[in-house]
Amino acid sequence: MAVRKTKHEMPEQPPKERIKNFKEVPHGYSNETAIEEAKRCLQCKNKPCMDGCPVEIDIPGFINCIAQGDFEKAAEIIKAKNSLPAISGRVCPYENQCEGECTIKKIGEPVAIGRLERFIADYERGKGVKIPKKAKSTGKKVAVVGSGPAGLTCAGDLAKMGHAVTVFEALHAPAGVLMYGIPEFRLPKKIVEAEVDYIKKLGVDIKYDIVVGKTITVDELLHDYDAVFIGTGAGLPRWLNVPGENLDGVYSANEFLTRVNMMKAYKFPEYDTPIKIGKVVATFGAGNVAMDSARTALRLGAEKSYIIYRRSEKEMPARDEEIGHAKEEGIIFKLLTNPKRFIGDDKGLLTQVKCIKMKLGEPDDSGRRRPIPIPGSEEKIDIETAIVAIGQSPNPLIPKTVKGLKIGKWGNIIADDDGQTSIPGIFAGGDIATGAATVILAMGAGKRAARAIDKYVKSKK
Amino acid sequence: MYKIVEKKVLSETVKMMNIKAPLVAKKAQAGQFIILRIDESGERIPLTIADYDRKQGTITIIFLEVGKTTKQLGTLNVGDSLLNFAGPLGAPSEIKNYGTVVCIGGGVGIAPLYPIVKELKKIGNHVISILGARNKKLLLLEKEIEEFSDEFYITTDDGSKGRKGFVSEVLQKLIDEKREIDMVMAIGPVIMMKVVANVTRPYKIKTLVSLNPIMVDGTGMCGGCRVSVGDEIKFACVDGPEFDGHLVDFDNLMLRNRRFLCEEEKACKCTEV
Ligand code: FES
Repeated sequence: MAVRKTKHEMPEQPPKERIKNFKEVPHGYSNETAIEEAKRCLQCKNKPCMDGCPVEIDIPGFINCIAQGDFEKAAEIIKAKNSLPAISGRVCPYENQCEGECTIKKIGEPVAIGRLERFIADYERGKGVKIPKKAKSTGKKVAVVGSGPAGLTCAGDLAKMGHAVTVFEALHAPAGVLMYGIPEFRLPKKIVEAEVDYIKKLGVDIKYDIVVGKTITVDELLHDYDAVFIGTGAGLPRWLNVPGENLDGVYSANEFLTRVNMMKAYKFPEYDTPIKIGKVVATFGAGNVAMDSARTALRLGAEKSYIIYRRSEKEMPARDEEIGHAKEEGIIFKLLTNPKRFIGDDKGLLTQVKCIKMKLGEPDDSGRRRPIPIPGSEEKIDIETAIVAIGQSPNPLIPKTVKGLKIGKWGNIIADDDGQTSIPGIFAGGDIATGAATVILAMGAGKRAARAIDKYVKSKK
Repeated sequence: MYKIVEKKVLSETVKMMNIKAPLVAKKAQAGQFIILRIDESGERIPLTIADYDRKQGTITIIFLEVGKTTKQLGTLNVGDSLLNFAGPLGAPSEIKNYGTVVCIGGGVGIAPLYPIVKELKKIGNHVISILGARNKKLLLLEKEIEEFSDEFYITTDDGSKGRKGFVSEVLQKLIDEKREIDMVMAIGPVIMMKVVANVTRPYKIKTLVSLNPIMVDGTGMCGGCRVSVGDEIKFACVDGPEFDGHLVDFDNLMLRNRRFLCEEEKACKCTEV
């Protein structure tokens, strides 16, 4: 029988409907569809897909179980390597990872590995998650700073190895960017909470309201614990550095999304945190965070939501899936357009943005063609809300407060592939080490660091 | 959970609370602040630390009931708990012997001034304190601050106590009397800090102000607390809260502090029965 060339579709909320709510966009596979999709897998002996997986999941193994209808076994195989599959199954850029390496890509679309991972994670959560047997206690204690994807993965893996793990979180809620950054309609917070709950059931203790560097220092942690893992992410928003950026109506994507996601401003006044949204909203940048912001603006009631980006469609860093969803929902893309200044009224309220048209020149250091302004092409666009989503830098709070810790050019903590920093006993991974990247790369870094920490604490007298 | 172990009503709209938060108390220093959240649906609000007791493990907060959250906070009593209480945040005041310092507190800004006055005095400064409020009922911590001050002035807008007028007028008088002043520290309403900075600017007297913009996380992540200082954008929660008063763009700060005024009113209305 010939292999089906296309992935099985995942049913979704229709665009017209979903822009009026915060519910998740795709519904997920049914059992039958999952089995059919799993049967597309060729079970290649050399498992090329696994080379593309930062958390080393036995992909053909779990897909084979799905094809045979043994969902429980599939869940076990995934969970052996990945403690947060309901999350990665939703936000992973599979197209560049596992699915990018899939053999079937030669004749058509790859196996929908991401959708299958998500299916199994949701299936397992629905049935009640099994907690694996813990290894015997090693008597070693590890502190993990930050409960985002890197920290949670590292903590979960260390707990499974038998270490006593305490996670220190600065905010009142766990999961870092998964909670404050990624919107409900892409990653429901109930699911994040369930995944965090699983990590806790592995024996991990999470302490909130502890701003490491302020409430307690890394040196103090190192005194009380055998090792410290730093996974504090890339939380520092970047600015356009154009005049008027401090006007009322201009948000960083971090502030906008944190208010809406973590503080639940979309339910104001049931929740106390407010958000103000204008009729016309412009989001600057074209990464996933920009798509999230522009789509969130629509759901908050904006009549028009622009993405303004200085390069062309080809250079947009967001995933195709996110761009596709944004287009379906009616986001207006103003490409090759760069803001020059924000303009306010006499009360300091944002009313316009002045932009200039760009054209693409020679490739720059990043390999992308450099945008060049076209003289005389300025235009003013009426907007009431602006969201700046042009990227984040590593949060400087910890790098600044640990003496002797080697810091890179962008304020990132220098760490090797296993997370070892310049100080013995201190490990780091995820965006704080690499600069802003993806959830799954952070999870992979957390995983490798957990192995290195295990080795380190066991070798310690 | 963080227990309220003491509560005092300082005036109709100003309350004081001691909150059990041993980790915060252990590290707290003058000039820093905390962020609290009352309950699951609550917002995160910053409050400057008015005092701390490392032995008891408590932090003192003093707040004016202005919005939904501070009003709700005011209804809580000893034995009740706050869901979240994080800190100490921000950079501490730089406490050193400047020589003669003038410490100016306006309204509820007098509260965070207190630990600074205390530390500045302890380290050997000649401390001149000027406290101001709209009327005598709104004055706070007079005795406490007077105890650590070498000279002590009070002003009220309506003349109900001390000199009738503004704190800045006393400061101007001191300057006119040719008093040597090495540093001025001002905490209070934005407009007061702006006026104080304007008074000292021509004389190039170092002037520090403590800013309290709208915040969310308090860890440098959202940028909601940003202020223009000189030609730089600074985050009050990590770079501040104290800044050089001669460089702060107070007008922009006032504007940004009004960002959610309409929403705030709505939130207050919703809870009124
Ligand atoms: S409060 Fe969010 S960065 Fe300061």
